[in-house]
Amino acid sequence: MRIVVLVKAVPIVGNERLGDGFRVDRGSGLEPNGNDEYVLEAALKLTETHGGEVTLLTMGPAAAADALRKGLAMGATRAVHVSDEALAGSCARATAEVLAAALRRLEYDLAFAGADTSDGQGGIVAAAIAARLGLPYLSYAAHIEPGADGATVRVHRLSPAGYDVLEAPTPALVMGTQVLGEPRYPSLRGIMQARAKETLTWSLADLGIDPARVGAGAATTRVLSAAPPPPRAGATIIRDAPDVAVERIVDFLAARSLV
Amino acid sequence: MTIRLSDEQRALRDAVRQLADERIAPRAAAIDASGEFPWDVVELLAGQDVLALPYPVEHGGLGGDLLTVCLAVEQISRVCATSALILVVQELGSLPLLLAGTPEQQARWFPDLAAGRALAAFALTESEAGSDAAAIRTRAVRDGEGWRIDGAKRFISQGNVARWVTVFAVTDASPEPVRAKRHMSCFVVEQGTPGFTTARLEHKMGIRGSPTAELLFEDVRVPDANRVGEVGEGWSIAMRTLDRSRPGVAAQAVGIAQGALEVATRYAAERRQFGKAIGEHQMVAAMLADMATRTEAARQLLYTACEEIEAGSPAAARWSAMCKLFAGDTAMAVTTDAVQVLGGYGYITEYPVERMMRDAKITQLYEGTQQIQRHVIGRDVLARGG
Repeated sequence: MRIVVLVKAVPIVGNERLGDGFRVDRGSGLEPNGNDEYVLEAALKLTETHGGEVTLLTMGPAAAADALRKGLAMGATRAVHVSDEALAGSCARATAEVLAAALRRLEYDLAFAGADTSDGQGGIVAAAIAARLGLPYLSYAAHIEPGADGATVRVHRLSPAGYDVLEAPTPALVMGTQVLGEPRYPSLRGIMQARAKETLTWSLADLGIDPARVGAGAATTRVLSAAPPPPRAGATIIRDAPDVAVERIVDFLAARSLV
Repeated sequence: MTIRLSDEQRALRDAVRQLADERIAPRAAAIDASGEFPWDVVELLAGQDVLALPYPVEHGGLGGDLLTVCLAVEQISRVCATSALILVVQELGSLPLLLAGTPEQQARWFPDLAAGRALAAFALTESEAGSDAAAIRTRAVRDGEGWRIDGAKRFISQGNVARWVTVFAVTDASPEPVRAKRHMSCFVVEQGTPGFTTARLEHKMGIRGSPTAELLFEDVRVPDANRVGEVGEGWSIAMRTLDRSRPGVAAQAVGIAQGALEVATRYAAERRQFGKAIGEHQMVAAMLADMATRTEAARQLLYTACEEIEAGSPAAARWSAMCKLFAGDTAMAVTTDAVQVLGGYGYITEYPVERMMRDAKITQLYEGTQQIQRHVIGRDVLARGG
């Protein structure tokens, strides 16, 4: 099985800083996006069980290399890093176009993507890539397995009644979240082996994309403003004995029509 | 010298940090309260290859240099000094073999140690031979093709849970207690060898999850193949071992200080008295500033010492003693101040700083007391004229 895992390098959660134009500063201190680690873990488990290789694919600045290094340390075979100065400030549309172009240059049976990112939270890039490439799009996968014939993929998607089973021919794009299960820690051996693994660096020229189509100047969305949430008002802390506390909590919830 | 961590060292450090924060920190209070050796942490560290760091690659290790091992110790110590000691002692117990073991001995013992399937320990100290390590009385006498060891060791970290213990004994025909420096040898004794027993485990102020054992040797027979280094090379092996292991204790101390600083800082940002966060009161801010500065100074001295020792500096003993001296005193001062910053809350077990303060004390005591470190440094200062 050849699986490409889309990884975004995002600021370490809690350390996000905004730069010019309310854009997230991604110059340093980046880690793999949480949802991307979950799908990467799923990809690693699948190749460990069924054979194959995992390739990481990211579009990001030089600092994204740290996130790729972690993914390689977790067990991915190689990484592809699309990096170009002209990409700074790219919107979701441009990101999807660039990543789709990169996928066209790779051979794979499956592409995995996280549902959304902790810094952008747009949640549309994976679907946009699938649409551009004409790939079957299996979203919110809770369980992923290759089809018995080797030319399909089958996923479970949780539903209020249990789960649905979706099946599609490969190549296909599967999107997932933390429901897929906890990612492994990179072992120290993995970290040291990551050094020897291949990372390809591609520019816009390598992908045949006109710089005018990407970057801040071509963005189809614009952040008008961003601000930290207002400081929380004083909390009510209940320290009473259990029977009194329960009554107070129920009253609190009832007053807000929550029970 | 400028210490710049390589990308790989940063990645290793961050990986151990994440492991420590997510999987070890939640266990720290319980380990201290129960005083039980955390086998689950041994398994965790083994599974993540942390225990493989000190060993050569050809035997399943990661070939980590001294600084890399110390980075790992520091990160674990931030959350649990007992857990960090697992790696410190694994290296300490193995150093005689790393420094003087034959290729056959290394091939025999390193694979299981690197994989964390077996633990090591270092047995030099005796009841009457602590700082005066040359006064040890444990004897090894030739017995046919092998040796017979008789004596007792005291305060041996992980002595009862280690599969292999590197034991230092006097090897001399004379029955009189001798000044052992030229007559000391080193042997690997395996747990389960007849006559090799644990007499007791100590109840301690801190690092309570790390078992500290009194080991008895009564007619313990070991083959000559278990002798490490030449007959009479024991003192040299012990001293060279301590030169490389003291930075590990310094790393533990720096980590403990850092962990205490972080708890105190978080508390000072949240606790409000007199209408503002206590961190905004000058006396508290000044304490935090001093704590941070001292911890960073200890860290920089440690990292530099590691690089110097790894590079084969002729002043390795001095670097080793300096970093351990400074870091140990820093840990004690910073943890004491951390308790102070938390006030009454710092004194109760609901908050971790009282444990950190109890844990910090040992870094001023083991692998050479601070007085011994000063003795080593002073001697070198006089010998080199500064």
